[in-house]
Amino acid sequence: METSEIIEKLLFIGLLFLITLGIAAYATYLERKVAAWFQDRIGPDRAGPFGILQPLADGGKLFFKEDFIPAAADKWLFILGPGIAMFTSMMTGAVIPWSSDIEIAGNTIELQVADVNIGILFIMGFLSIGVYGIMIGGWASNNKFSLFSAIRASSQMISYELAMGICVITIVMLTGSLSLNKIVESQHGMNWNVFYQPVAFIIFFICALAETNRAPFDLPECESELIGGYHTEYGAMKMGFYLFSEYVSMFISSAIISILFFGGFNFPWMDHFNGNTLAILGVIAMFTKTFIFMFVFMWIRWTLPRFRFDQLMHLGWKSLIPMALINMLITGIVIAFNEGWFN
Amino acid sequence: MNTLEKQKSKIEATVESSIETIDGDIATLNLGPTHPSTHGIFQNVLKVDGEKILSSVQTVGYIHRAFEKIAERRPYSQITPLTDRLNYCSSPINNLGWYMTVEKLIGAEMPKRVDYMRVIIMELARIADHLVCNSVIGVDAGALTGFTYLFQQREKIYELFEEVCGARLTTNLGRIGGFERDFSPEFHRKLKDFLKDFPKVFNEFDKLLSRNRIFMDRTIGAGAISAERALQYSFVGPNLRAAGVDYDVRVLNPYASYEDFDFIIPVGTQGDTYDRFQVRQEEIRQSLRIIEQAFNNLPEGDYKADIPEFFLPPKEEVYNNMEALIYHFKIVMGETPIPVGEVYHSVEGGNGELGYYLISDGGRSPYRLQFRRPCFIYYQAYPEMITGQSISDAVLTLSSMNVIAGELDA
Repeated sequence: METSEIIEKLLFIGLLFLITLGIAAYATYLERKVAAWFQDRIGPDRAGPFGILQPLADGGKLFFKEDFIPAAADKWLFILGPGIAMFTSMMTGAVIPWSSDIEIAGNTIELQVADVNIGILFIMGFLSIGVYGIMIGGWASNNKFSLFSAIRASSQMISYELAMGICVITIVMLTGSLSLNKIVESQHGMNWNVFYQPVAFIIFFICALAETNRAPFDLPECESELIGGYHTEYGAMKMGFYLFSEYVSMFISSAIISILFFGGFNFPWMDHFNGNTLAILGVIAMFTKTFIFMFVFMWIRWTLPRFRFDQLMHLGWKSLIPMALINMLITGIVIAFNEGWFN
Repeated sequence: MNTLEKQKSKIEATVESSIETIDGDIATLNLGPTHPSTHGIFQNVLKVDGEKILSSVQTVGYIHRAFEKIAERRPYSQITPLTDRLNYCSSPINNLGWYMTVEKLIGAEMPKRVDYMRVIIMELARIADHLVCNSVIGVDAGALTGFTYLFQQREKIYELFEEVCGARLTTNLGRIGGFERDFSPEFHRKLKDFLKDFPKVFNEFDKLLSRNRIFMDRTIGAGAISAERALQYSFVGPNLRAAGVDYDVRVLNPYASYEDFDFIIPVGTQGDTYDRFQVRQEEIRQSLRIIEQAFNNLPEGDYKADIPEFFLPPKEEVYNNMEALIYHFKIVMGETPIPVGEVYHSVEGGNGELGYYLISDGGRSPYRLQFRRPCFIYYQAYPEMITGQSISDAVLTLSSMNVIAGELDA
């Protein structure tokens, strides 16, 4: 690998890092504005025009608060928990293709940190590690409410990952590749997977809500029963990390949904454009789709009540997994039929 | 150094004891005294197996303020602020209930207009109380939107109270023998607006939760109590009606001319959280009907009864009239002679039958005053209702019974 290439990658990683964090920070602002809109309120409007400096003010406040570790907590695990949560949610962004290649001064730049040929496996893997952040944080706090939350989180994530994985398999069956780039390319123009796999999309979307601990699956942190859930004992920026990682995962999940089912950076009539125009329009298309899904995430949160834990398990194991399995079976049969296995 | 070591060993001891309780299958969990869903200060020491509650031991008295004892030292008119602080979600009902008790003791007759005005105020307070309860059930189930949305309407009700008496939460509304002043034109305008706008917002809230699949799954069967057990615990109000007994003080023992109005008492069948929610929803609609009837047929007349020895005379009378000056002095100093007697009066409060048992020995303050506080009774049944349920259900059960700390610990 040449030095220039490494620098280019590092720059892009830095840029992506900034963008992801910026979007996560402004997702908190958006969330509060959306909630205010639904509830016929005004929302944050004190810091800066329309309150757009609110996330910065929040972040500043969290940084300057006392970094308190309870006496009964396991110190190192207590610090490790939020770190893992933040790390895993940021890492999943590494394999996402944001658009087609862009050309600057004769250099072709890929708008993707790493084109791993098992991209989707990479994402699923990091999503699974993500639960460790919550589990370790909940366990290390030495608080029974946190422990309850950690137990809930781990069982919830394991159950919903299965259904999610099966949905991903159906997409992989359609595309024939685990690479996210290939999956996006196969959905050229309006040839989006959602038209072939609506059931898989719905199941995947529900599982994504559960994986990111968003309402109505926010059982690990449901404030009415478990006080703050796994971050009951956390304060200052360590809690900020947990909250932040939730918004980062929400952003990344929305991006993954757009890639797997809504064509990623593909958009209708894209054949009329080429080169940099196509790439920039692709970025716009990708971000528009992502933001629409983030809005839907918020919409659901501010509309629906929360499940009870046993109902959550019933939904996961008795509805979503069988549905996903049947969907996979049907997809398999149709593919086999098209390829002439039955002739 | 010594104290530091002591503290350290103390902390280590607590850590060890908490680890001990996690060991084994059954854990002890302190739900409260400060917990976001206890809406006040209650403690429940739960024994839990996983999330299932095996037993519960309650502690009461965290905000006990000895109201009944304080009342024994106060003139009658000064007891009203104590009643404000019982069920602070619907304090006008408490105030007016107390006035009616005193009026019963001194044998005062109220003009029809006072009765109707009281009915309007009490039903507004009932709506405010039920709004809080039902929207908080939503919050505890995870749906915050209905809560903030409805609180704007509760705000309008508080504005109405402010228009009548100047206060909002702890209202101290009215006087023994009527009201301090008549409803202002502004009040009429605001009430008309409220009656027009509220049903629309309320129906939206109803659509958000009533037939929501997740909400129904959460609440149906949660914290159920049978009619028989409820009666044995002497449940009253919406919680008893949800269990299927149509007991309502407004109908069975009408006060303040409730017999003039046409309304329905909703009853449930299962006595669970969903039924309690629905009963309260319907009661809000019925209260609206009552307010409309009372407001449209508001009789002409005086806003106070003719009992000068109890009702504070206007200032210009005090300065120009001998009798008024004497009454004013006696009322302000709390030296009005009170007949000897023993009365019980109850009103249908936001949470059920709110009773006042008053014994007077003729002194300036009651010999004994007992508040019959429905929340105190509901809370006794709480362990039985949540045993065998999950922690999530326990939280919903508490909020759906609308146990208010101020009323639990008088």
